[in-house]
Amino acid sequence: MPITREQVEYVAHLSRLKLSEEEKDRFARQLDAILQAVEKLNELDTDGVEPLVHVAPRRNVFREDAAGESLPREEALRNAPEQSEGCFKVPRIIE
Amino acid sequence: MAKPLEELTATAIRDAFLRRERSARSIVEEQFAILKEREVAVGAFLTVMQEEALARADALDRKLADGAQMGKLAGIPVAVKDNICTRGVATTCASRILEGYVPPYDAHVVERLIEEDAVIIGKTNMDEFAMGSSTENSAFKLTRNPWDRERIPGGSSGGSAAAVAARMAPLALGSDTGGSIRQPAGLCGVVGLKPTYGRVSRYGLVAFASSLDQIGPLARTAGDTALLLEAIAPRDGRDSTCTDREVPDYVEALEQPISGLTFGLPGEFFIEGGLDREVARALEQARRCYEALGVRFRDISLPHSRIDVEDGQLSSYAVACYYILCTAEASSNLARYDGVRYGHRSDERGDIIEMYSRTRGEGFGEEVKRRIMLGTHALSSGYYDAYYLRAGRVRRLIQSDFERAWEQVDLVFAPVSPTPAFRIGEKADDPLAMYLSDIFTISCNLAGICGISVPCGFSSEGLPVALQLMGRHWDEERLLAAAHAYQIHTDWHKRAPALEGG
Repeated sequence: MPITREQVEYVAHLSRLKLSEEEKDRFARQLDAILQAVEKLNELDTDGVEPLVHVAPRRNVFREDAAGESLPREEALRNAPEQSEGCFKVPRIIE
Repeated sequence: MAKPLEELTATAIRDAFLRRERSARSIVEEQFAILKEREVAVGAFLTVMQEEALARADALDRKLADGAQMGKLAGIPVAVKDNICTRGVATTCASRILEGYVPPYDAHVVERLIEEDAVIIGKTNMDEFAMGSSTENSAFKLTRNPWDRERIPGGSSGGSAAAVAARMAPLALGSDTGGSIRQPAGLCGVVGLKPTYGRVSRYGLVAFASSLDQIGPLARTAGDTALLLEAIAPRDGRDSTCTDREVPDYVEALEQPISGLTFGLPGEFFIEGGLDREVARALEQARRCYEALGVRFRDISLPHSRIDVEDGQLSSYAVACYYILCTAEASSNLARYDGVRYGHRSDERGDIIEMYSRTRGEGFGEEVKRRIMLGTHALSSGYYDAYYLRAGRVRRLIQSDFERAWEQVDLVFAPVSPTPAFRIGEKADDPLAMYLSDIFTISCNLAGICGISVPCGFSSEGLPVALQLMGRHWDEERLLAAAHAYQIHTDWHKRAPALEGG
């Protein structure tokens, strides 16, 4: 399954990554090579094998339903690139 | 005349402090004198915390004078990888997208360092978001291997490994997702331990691949490694994967006898063309040393961690499996860098999607973008079964191989890296070649077990070579005992790189 430039543009859109034309060409080439190396997994018979998602035992971790301490608003906002009236400021979302 | 600081282990530094032979201030002052002299040559640190460290040293001197109970790491300088959050001190993950980010909280392991009276001296360089095997992917600086400054220190915890090797810190914290503690430790000639998945809380570690990430210690000796692991391992409810098992006395465990243990030699790892000759020779000598200590070796098979060589090209199921799973997880974990709450935001104007895409396009480096792209592709509709699901199945097969091995052996004996440290720039343009430098370390993360890298010799060019031991879940005690026994009988870890004279 060779990777086309259109696929790179589609994946870049899904990834919210603005790429230069040169990056698109390079990534198409490199992702193709990496995915070819990954094709090696097709040599293995994995029918009926349960995928391993987590190596830790799967169990629910409970805690007391008690209110903890929250980060003070000023501290939470301190790293924000833009803020206004105690909120994170973003470009207009609804026209 | 007291020994120079750089010749002391972390344990000896603490003991000298507690016996009042050295004040914390004198320890920290001497440490910074060494650090500053060598930083130009090595480039291990992104942030140097001299002011904070000296204030902390004075506080520790007062605490000791007051007769208070002191912590396990009292007075010991510690370097911390820059993907571990430090309250009030920049934490960048060596990425432009987090440039200027100052965390409002400490990671669990940082809280532990403070509670145990350690002195944090700075934040170390790394591959951006821990993605890489050479530290060349840092957006900010190049870290050089202290043994040969034309070579890489390994990665992604390259700054931590180089700092410990150059005696700029007796202890350092790193993180290991596919070998990022063990590989740089091996290439820099220090000890590095990846704990069992769940042993150390990742609260405050910037997430890369959450089913694989683990924080662990780097030090010159197994003893110091044990000391730091003991300090950071206590339970923490803020990482739900963190175990509630008791923390063993790792320092005491160092003295456990290793005579009578059986080490497994995976035939798949020791193949013609898969391993540099000098690395193979050093491992053979290490094996004889262990045999002399009463360890039996037994051939085992880890078929799904197999290494294939075809026309000089290496390949492996484990590497293929890893690069699907870790990129898929990374593509999700790194979605949070959107230019809204912290970090870089593009100056270009536009709608919100445009703002996200420009921010991320500008802020992430090339390898990070490549991995986000690969992971997004692997998870995208129509490809999920072929890549992500299949990789998850192969991961199960890799883990099952280890389960079978534990029926026959106590530890697995393996290389850390196929070659000694490579040259700066050598693999920078070939992502696949770079991924293959993790060929011996990746299976340990996929299986969730623990592994340690121990210096076991030098190449003819004077570059460090290391052995790797892997153990069952929660068997760090045996790993440390085996590493300690080896270090008692060898002196590789006592050699220091020649850095004097710039």
